[in-house]
Amino acid sequence: MHDKTIARIRHGLASGEFSSREICEHLLSRIDQLNPSCNAFISVSSELALQHADDADKRRAAGADSPLLGVPIAHKDIFCTNGVRTSCGSRMLENFVPPYNATVVDKLSQAGVVCLGKTNMDEFAMGSSNENSYFGNVVNPWGSNRVPGGSSGGSAAAVAARMVPGCTGTDTGGSIRQPASFCGITGIKPTYGRVSRYGMIAFASSLDQGGPMAATAEDCALLLQEMAGFDEKDSTSIDRPVDDYCGSLNDALDGLKVGLPKQYFTEGLDNNIAASLQASIAELEKMGASFVEVDLPNQHLSVPAYYVVAPAECSSNLSRFDGVRYGYRCDNPADLEDLYKRSRGEGFGREVKRRILIGTYVLSAGYFDAYYLKAQKIRNLISEDFTSAFKEVDMILGPTTPTPAFKIGENSADPVSMYLNDIYTIPANLAGLPGISVPCGLVDDLPVGMQLVGNYFTEARLLNVAHRFQQVTDWHLKSPAK
Amino acid sequence: MAVDEDTVRAMAHLARVQIDPDRVAGYATEMSNVLALAEQMEEVDTSDVEPMAHPTHAVQRLRDDVVLEGNEREQFQEIAPETNDGYYLVPQVIE
Amino acid sequence: MQWETVIGLEIHAQLATDSKIFSSSSTQFGSAPNTQANAVDLGMPGVLPVLNREAVNMAVKFALATNARIGKRNVFARKNYFYPDLPKGYQISQMALPIVGEGEVEIELEDDVKKTVGITRAHLEEDAGKSVHDLFHGQTGVDLNRAGTPLLEIVSEPDMRSAKEAVAYARKIHSLVRYIEICDGNMQEGSFRCDANVSVRVSGSEKLGTRAEIKNLNSFRFLERAINFEVERQIDIIEGGGEVVQETRLYDADRDETRSMRSKEEANDYRYFPDPDLLPVEIEDSLIEALRGQLPELPDQRCARFISEHKLPAYDAGVLTADKATADYFEAVLKQSGAPAKIVSSWVTGELFSRLNKDGLELTASPVDEHRFSGLLARIHDNTISGKIGKDILDKMWASEDEADHIIDKEGLRQISDSSELEKMIDDVIAANPSQLAEYRGGKEKLLSYFVGQVMKASRGKANPGQLNQLLKDKLKG
Ligand SMILES: [Mg+2]
Ligand SMILES: [Zn+2]
Repeated sequence: MHDKTIARIRHGLASGEFSSREICEHLLSRIDQLNPSCNAFISVSSELALQHADDADKRRAAGADSPLLGVPIAHKDIFCTNGVRTSCGSRMLENFVPPYNATVVDKLSQAGVVCLGKTNMDEFAMGSSNENSYFGNVVNPWGSNRVPGGSSGGSAAAVAARMVPGCTGTDTGGSIRQPASFCGITGIKPTYGRVSRYGMIAFASSLDQGGPMAATAEDCALLLQEMAGFDEKDSTSIDRPVDDYCGSLNDALDGLKVGLPKQYFTEGLDNNIAASLQASIAELEKMGASFVEVDLPNQHLSVPAYYVVAPAECSSNLSRFDGVRYGYRCDNPADLEDLYKRSRGEGFGREVKRRILIGTYVLSAGYFDAYYLKAQKIRNLISEDFTSAFKEVDMILGPTTPTPAFKIGENSADPVSMYLNDIYTIPANLAGLPGISVPCGLVDDLPVGMQLVGNYFTEARLLNVAHRFQQVTDWHLKSPAK
Repeated sequence: MAVDEDTVRAMAHLARVQIDPDRVAGYATEMSNVLALAEQMEEVDTSDVEPMAHPTHAVQRLRDDVVLEGNEREQFQEIAPETNDGYYLVPQVIE
Repeated sequence: MQWETVIGLEIHAQLATDSKIFSSSSTQFGSAPNTQANAVDLGMPGVLPVLNREAVNMAVKFALATNARIGKRNVFARKNYFYPDLPKGYQISQMALPIVGEGEVEIELEDDVKKTVGITRAHLEEDAGKSVHDLFHGQTGVDLNRAGTPLLEIVSEPDMRSAKEAVAYARKIHSLVRYIEICDGNMQEGSFRCDANVSVRVSGSEKLGTRAEIKNLNSFRFLERAINFEVERQIDIIEGGGEVVQETRLYDADRDETRSMRSKEEANDYRYFPDPDLLPVEIEDSLIEALRGQLPELPDQRCARFISEHKLPAYDAGVLTADKATADYFEAVLKQSGAPAKIVSSWVTGELFSRLNKDGLELTASPVDEHRFSGLLARIHDNTISGKIGKDILDKMWASEDEADHIIDKEGLRQISDSSELEKMIDDVIAANPSQLAEYRGGKEKLLSYFVGQVMKASRGKANPGQLNQLLKDKLKG
């Protein structure tokens, strides 16, 4: 029962094969059973979920239908949920119950989903391993000593362990694609502005983008169809019709031109991952895609630019957590400065503080031009690289990560080595482009992902290529789950 | 740019975060390493490049001047650390 | 040593929008604390700003009214600092690319001397909330109703050389923003606040002295006093061999002095950077032209027209056009009463203003509206009543809803212009004052006013003064 995709659940609900309550109860008991060791969930809202499941069943019985009526999912704990604790993985928001919903949460609710709970994440989405959560690290279902990736590690692990068929995630530097790759699932980061950021707790506003994570590209299409769209509450949201993601899943790949960045296929890449990619390329060629090498000359500066821009924005975005209006407040503050410093010092974890310090530094007088402004210029060059490439090709193919899931604790001592894990995913965030990670092999019994990056608003084509790939491969069906 | 411990303390003060005195040296090293990573950007001459603040080239959309919200004080103050008589409270500020 | 004062002003004009600059909460003044602060104003996690179109339009109108360059592409930036009434830990403001660029206004000094004051820039920003320090024992209360109210911060060049010039400039901006209806100008409620940058230097020197910034001057009187105090303080320091410290100071009206604001002493590093939640704002030419079309006649143009069209002295025209409501009132009364402009002007700026001042009222709240005031001036103009009686009638109108005509009829106040009636009264007065008559005829012509007064008294003030004068002179000659 737990091994069903969203597409299959929709079918089962529609045909009366099972009810929303049945599938939700089943998954909730599975969460009960698996979560203590996996720690993919920060909060499980069983009661509320079953209420919503019953509502969905009643509505269906009364002849109502909506695209995801009664389908169970979970939300990354970065999305504000009205009346349900939203922690963002932080002690700062350990007891924060927002009186409003994120737009993504509203949209999915309107589509009929039943939310089973809130998934674990790196604190304020800062991390690539889920080791930075105040609520403890998440364990990769593929190996008890492995990280699930981050920051949407809880979402990725929950889907991989089949505790839930689909989850929301957010991606600032790879936080959907990298954990999807590490956990053997599919995840898409849409074009910046395609999915509303309203109510999604900001890490780095010019990079953050929400998206779906699920076993298959088809399920991602089903979720994204409901998540995407213009939102007047988000000034950076784009007013443009949403494509029919599901309708174009089976389009032919004949004539598809794919670029292989020469900078991605170098000695830095794990040999086995390279081999998996070559095999995947061969599959796509069989379906009519052609491949050419493309040059992205400034890609190696993505990580340096990102680790200036993202901390700069986060240092400012996180200033609102000051212990005055909501969130953690230290005990017995001596004065206002003490209130600020201890509330923030005790409420934020080490990585968050580190990024706040770096961000404060690169924006401060005397360093602004050398770091922040320079990074914005490099960002432009990286974006230009893609613009040139997309004159030649329809999309770019490469690895999602340089290695399979690393061991818990392996990179936590050295932030820079941790940051370099995002080397292939960060460029799409800097340029605002859509990117998808698709399972494409196993290396040492751990899943690895293939990343496709498209031009602005080509989510439909990316999902189409990923779906066709999944029609001829079965990597996405492999699961560590018993 | 290598960051020294005074700089760490100055940034921590600007950002109003207390950091453990034992951790200052560690932050100094980590910040220095990240900044060294950032300094790789210096290899490219960007004197003719426009800074890019947003990934999209859209312009700001404007909202009509309409009041849509009323008094929601109760629900917002329910989650506040300390309030009295409708005010949020903080330790006395001396002006 | 001769000292020269150099003053620049930063004025925060609260824009008269209904909703806040980045949220749809109300901007109304005086509500219970935190009842007008929504999730965006409170800086709740995940919420986002969306810019109010009207705030942009108002800034563009200000640019048009000051001949300023309009930023076709302007950018919002974050100014980062911590304060309890600043909910997000940053203020959304503008730094590099403000909406209003260089502009200028002309101010009038004594003896009709005019001076141009440069405007460096004006930018849009959000207001902070309010901290209340005296309501809770040992604690400060924070009210965020005002947080997010749109402000236009207008920064002048350091072009002013005295407190008087600074006040003239501030009044000019105050008049302008009210004319174009972008700000209600209410200084008590904080809708129009001035910060003054003051420095002194040796006359003739090119180099600027170290300046002090005096914050939150909320009346023109305080602005003038604070600058005067500050100038003397700085000269005393320099003449005593000391050095002026660059700092923020507060004006204490009770003690009439400025003092250092210790809490702001720490050099701040605001870490401005473009707000990633907001995109660049582009101002289209078509919008500029549409807004230009909505602008009313501005004070300078209107003043010039009052001089040329209504033949008013420059002083009267200046006073009448300083405020749009006054100018509108004046022109309405002029039209409805048919009285000459000079008479209307002196009644408006004299009798009407003194009564308003006495009662502490704005013209818009005047108990006598332009219609009733016109009715009164029409009767003075057609000699139905004298000016003196008119003043009494105005007092009665002030306290009632009555029209002037009704009061005149009811109380029988019509002016006596019937010669025979007047002659009879004159004869009676002359007969009753033989000794004064003799003195007058003996050359003491000053006694004419004595006789006028006596006849006026006899007529209970209703004698037509012009006619009375003429008749009396004739009779006194004998
Ligand atoms: Mg300012
Ligand atoms: Zn300001």
